[in-house]
Amino acid sequence: MSTSERRGRETATIETAQTGIADGRGMAPASASPAEMAQAAQEKAQVREVIEQKAGGGVSLVAEGVNAWYGSTHAIKDVSMTFRANEVTALIGPSGCGKSTFLRCLNRMHEVLAGARVEGKILIDGQDIYGKGVDSVRVRRHIGMVFQKPNPFPMMSIYDNVIAGLKLNGIRKRKSEMDETVEHSLRGAALWNEVKDKLKESGASLSGGQQQRLCIARTIAVEPEVVLMDEPCSALDPISTYKIEELIGELKQKYTIAIVTHNMQQASRVADWTSFMLAGDAGYGQLVEYGRTEQIFTQPQDKRTEDYITGRFG
Amino acid sequence: MQGQMTAPSIPGARPRLSLEASDGQARRRKIVNGIMTTLIGAAALLGVSILGIILGYIIVKGAPALNLDFFTKAPPALGEAGGGVAPAIRGSLLIVGLASLVGIPVGLGAGIYLAEFGRGRFADTVRFIADLMTGLPSIAIGAVAWALLVKRGIGTYNAIAGSVALAIIMIPIITRTTEEILKLVPNNLREASLALGTPRWKTIVSVVLPVARSGILTGVILSVARVSGETAPLLLTVLGNSFASNNLRGPMAALPLEIYQYATKSPFADSFTKAWGASLVLIIIIGLLSLSVRLAARLGGPQARR
Repeated sequence: MSTSERRGRETATIETAQTGIADGRGMAPASASPAEMAQAAQEKAQVREVIEQKAGGGVSLVAEGVNAWYGSTHAIKDVSMTFRANEVTALIGPSGCGKSTFLRCLNRMHEVLAGARVEGKILIDGQDIYGKGVDSVRVRRHIGMVFQKPNPFPMMSIYDNVIAGLKLNGIRKRKSEMDETVEHSLRGAALWNEVKDKLKESGASLSGGQQQRLCIARTIAVEPEVVLMDEPCSALDPISTYKIEELIGELKQKYTIAIVTHNMQQASRVADWTSFMLAGDAGYGQLVEYGRTEQIFTQPQDKRTEDYITGRFG
Repeated sequence: MQGQMTAPSIPGARPRLSLEASDGQARRRKIVNGIMTTLIGAAALLGVSILGIILGYIIVKGAPALNLDFFTKAPPALGEAGGGVAPAIRGSLLIVGLASLVGIPVGLGAGIYLAEFGRGRFADTVRFIADLMTGLPSIAIGAVAWALLVKRGIGTYNAIAGSVALAIIMIPIITRTTEEILKLVPNNLREASLALGTPRWKTIVSVVLPVARSGILTGVILSVARVSGETAPLLLTVLGNSFASNNLRGPMAALPLEIYQYATKSPFADSFTKAWGASLVLIIIIGLLSLSVRLAARLGGPQARR
């Protein structure tokens, strides 16, 4: 069975599951004019084209017994989980359950904070990113990250923001190649049509949703294998959210995606796999349940998961 | 439209919600607001007008001394008319320039270290010492420079000792302003850069510093302006010189010293005018410096900034 077949079937089952949970893609603008719809379709085709051109797909990421601390505070305990290649895994759970902390452990961003510490293994392509002799900078080139608050570089133009990853990494290309990368990445982030005439303007001049897509363009410009997203839509309006969710659906063809979200409908819409985390009385976050999104939302095995997804949870 | 609308107001009836500005509390708030606005406005005006008066006074008193000779000639014998402060201008530029050459890189480096890497006891100590040093009287720093570089070291009054004293005054100012400005740079920009696989040093150089650039430059200019007018440490180290000298190991003329000499050591009216003139020249030099640095920063910066 080819992967695409398998993926196709899964998407179908998940879409059926969604209708029961949330109103699926109901957030799409209902009153779009034919012209707008044509443009959206064109944009989608562009995204797909760009993504299909990427050499190599995503790779899986395996976390084994991950513990994280902030100073003396034990934030997450013994989390083990697999992020499958070319699939979307959502991390859900109440505030303070350690899902963002765990996400930041996956590309060694946790240790950037003062007093932060990680134990355990995270394997990418069979290598432990916390292993001896591993360079955290190299790890982050393969595992990109999109943050909760859009954070384009304010002193750079839109153009320079997209190629910031290449420039900061000292990768030199000819102007024409840079132009190509910029167009390619912006198309891949479904932003090209909106900004192609103002590439020299500041990245900070865009709307919140556009800024977040600019950040996605910036992330995919360095062609990582894994993209981590930390509540990427929490600061965005429904239409921008819809666009980014669409984008995630396309990106997973060539990237492995992990997304932290507070929005359970979002998890059910975009994720193939979902994990539910919870901080117990001891204060540290733990993994409660992990499984296919459809299963987590329709037949949760753990009572706590059920309480949370049905909103009974305090 | 269905259902009961809220009843239209009955003439003469008192509305339930008080929105009236005539309400006692609202009126009092307005009065207090007016008083406070006037007070802070007056404070701002007072500050600006004092500055304006000082500047205006120096211009009025100093302008008559200014002519081409004043900028190009050496001072004549005491009390004689004519001549200028050319050696002092050159001396000031040399001494302050040399001090900046040492003070700016060290101050910037220490500030960046404290803001970006400064955790733990060592950093706290550095921070504490920098704070102490900003409060040190400049004459004390001059005295130390005199003891180490004039009395010992070189063995005579010299320009290097003056530059060292000025650099010591500059370093803590630049260090602390740089640190404070860098701390204002949002952390999510550092994280955005790191998450792209950018090394730490490159993140600081290419992302953090450009964002903080104008603030850091302000700190640097302020410190240069501050030491340009320092007189006490120079009296103890550079001494002054009526002749143009490029010898850094010997006494040198400087504008603050020239002002001091003309204003205090001479009974002649012409000397007072020259003191005012030299003050004006000092202000012009600092003004031009500040202006050109800012202009250069703006031209080199991004076009679109919000």
